[in-house]
Amino acid sequence: MKNYQGMMTIVSKRELVKDVFEMVLEGKAARFIQAPGQFINIKINDSLQPYLRRPMSICDYDDNHITMIFKVVGEGTKILSQKNIGDQLDCLTGLGNGFQDFQAKKAIVIGGGLGVPPMYKLAKTLKEQGVEVQAVLGFNSKDDVFYQEEFMDICPTFLATMDGSAGVQGTVLDAIQAHQLVFDKYYACGPEKMLDACVMAYPENGYLSFEARMGCGFGACMGCSCKVKTKPYKRICVEGPVLMSSEVIIGG
Amino acid sequence: MANLRVQLPGLDMKNPVIPASGTFGFGYEFAKFYDINCLGSMMLKGTTLEPRYGNPLPRIAEGPSGMLNAIGLQNPGVDAVMSEELEKLRPLYTDKVIANIGGSAIDDYVETARRISAHDMVGALELNISCPNVHAGGIQFGTNPEMAGEVTRAVKAVSQKPVYVKLSPNVTDIVAMAKAVEEAGADGITMINTLIGMRFDIKTGKPIIANKTGGYSGPAIFPVALRMVYQVSQAVSIPVIGMGGIASGKDAIEMMIAGASAVAVGCQNLIDPYACPKIIEEMNEILDDMGINDIHEIIGLSHQW
Repeated sequence: MKNYQGMMTIVSKRELVKDVFEMVLEGKAARFIQAPGQFINIKINDSLQPYLRRPMSICDYDDNHITMIFKVVGEGTKILSQKNIGDQLDCLTGLGNGFQDFQAKKAIVIGGGLGVPPMYKLAKTLKEQGVEVQAVLGFNSKDDVFYQEEFMDICPTFLATMDGSAGVQGTVLDAIQAHQLVFDKYYACGPEKMLDACVMAYPENGYLSFEARMGCGFGACMGCSCKVKTKPYKRICVEGPVLMSSEVIIGG
Repeated sequence: MANLRVQLPGLDMKNPVIPASGTFGFGYEFAKFYDINCLGSMMLKGTTLEPRYGNPLPRIAEGPSGMLNAIGLQNPGVDAVMSEELEKLRPLYTDKVIANIGGSAIDDYVETARRISAHDMVGALELNISCPNVHAGGIQFGTNPEMAGEVTRAVKAVSQKPVYVKLSPNVTDIVAMAKAVEEAGADGITMINTLIGMRFDIKTGKPIIANKTGGYSGPAIFPVALRMVYQVSQAVSIPVIGMGGIASGKDAIEMMIAGASAVAVGCQNLIDPYACPKIIEEMNEILDDMGINDIHEIIGLSHQW
């Protein structure tokens, strides 16, 4: 019988850019993670407030560590950002399907904003599998850019910003066109609008990681179901968060 | 260790702890976390005659010590539940389960009940006349005593298993509802369903939940559930399965003291997938500390006051 739950200790915390924190957790629950793109669901407090767990993407992991990057957007992430090194968090790890198909010659990983983190471990994994990887990272402006250097250590990395203050002005798709990037498979995570635009531009050979408000994160509440072409619905937390581009229904 | 075994119509349970419908899927998802055979029974995800996708997203919002949901009875339909979902559960759970059935017309309830009550794994039915998140039927049956009695009578006429009716707290007089379904032949009552609520985005004024309203559950509603179980369990002679915000063994015991013959645990399963086995263990510890040998000693203990 598998066990997905464990207490994890915060061993490092740093603010990458304003309101965006990188946190490294240490604990045996990390070993339940089987693929990049899986997520963890964290109980922020022992108390009843906030009540629900907070699902977070995983930026990097090994058997005993999880690195996550999150932005302070509300009450839960604010409390999380105020935690200190040494504090413990109740985590459910290894949730969701993650990215499992690494069969490609030349791949592109596309991250938009807080969709950038899961692309990091994915890029490393693809490279280990012998895939030629390129990264395209999109942000609102240069003040929001994080992990550019970390990606550059792995693969050629291209930036896009909406205001043009760094890299190509526009979206990640504008950056792909401007640099005339060639690829036979792509992987993307970011705001739903960005993912929808990816599917419209490249309907085939893509994997996209979606976000949804979740009640539980492990398939019990049906809070995050979306319509897909391959089944009546998929739960983002169990049969997702990664969907194939060919099954995505825009706005589904 | 105290005797926790309770016998209710259609259910011989090794303990009185039951995961509540809609928070436990069709059970097998939780077998990833623990051996679900420790559970007294389980209430399956609400099942309708035809498959339902449910409501648009977002379906979930949060509140103080609780959550708001508007799933909208997403389920694959009664035939797929019987042929696929229950078959996945079969190797994982040996006791009888409680099938929760929903609908938007009496004929839907009747046909769903007729089919699923014949299933060998089903020990009892839970008639959901109180779902706040479907636009037709559902809660209308649960807020009008005549309609509640009518649907209960119709389902009783075809069901091969005992029928429990799940009551809504969104009524002026829950005792009148309880009496109406008892009069119509219900074998038991399960209560309470969620309280209707809303949350808004303060920048846009837009409701957070796409369905606008949702059902509120979690520890925030626990005192409301206790009060209603206290009132109803004294007014009817059929057993009451109490639920609404139970999050600990102490809460479960308090619910039984209020008059519940068994308890259902809802929301807490979503926060802590191990909630039910923890609650069973805590109940054992507390009863030992209290020097109680049999769980029946505490059922309705409050009624003397």
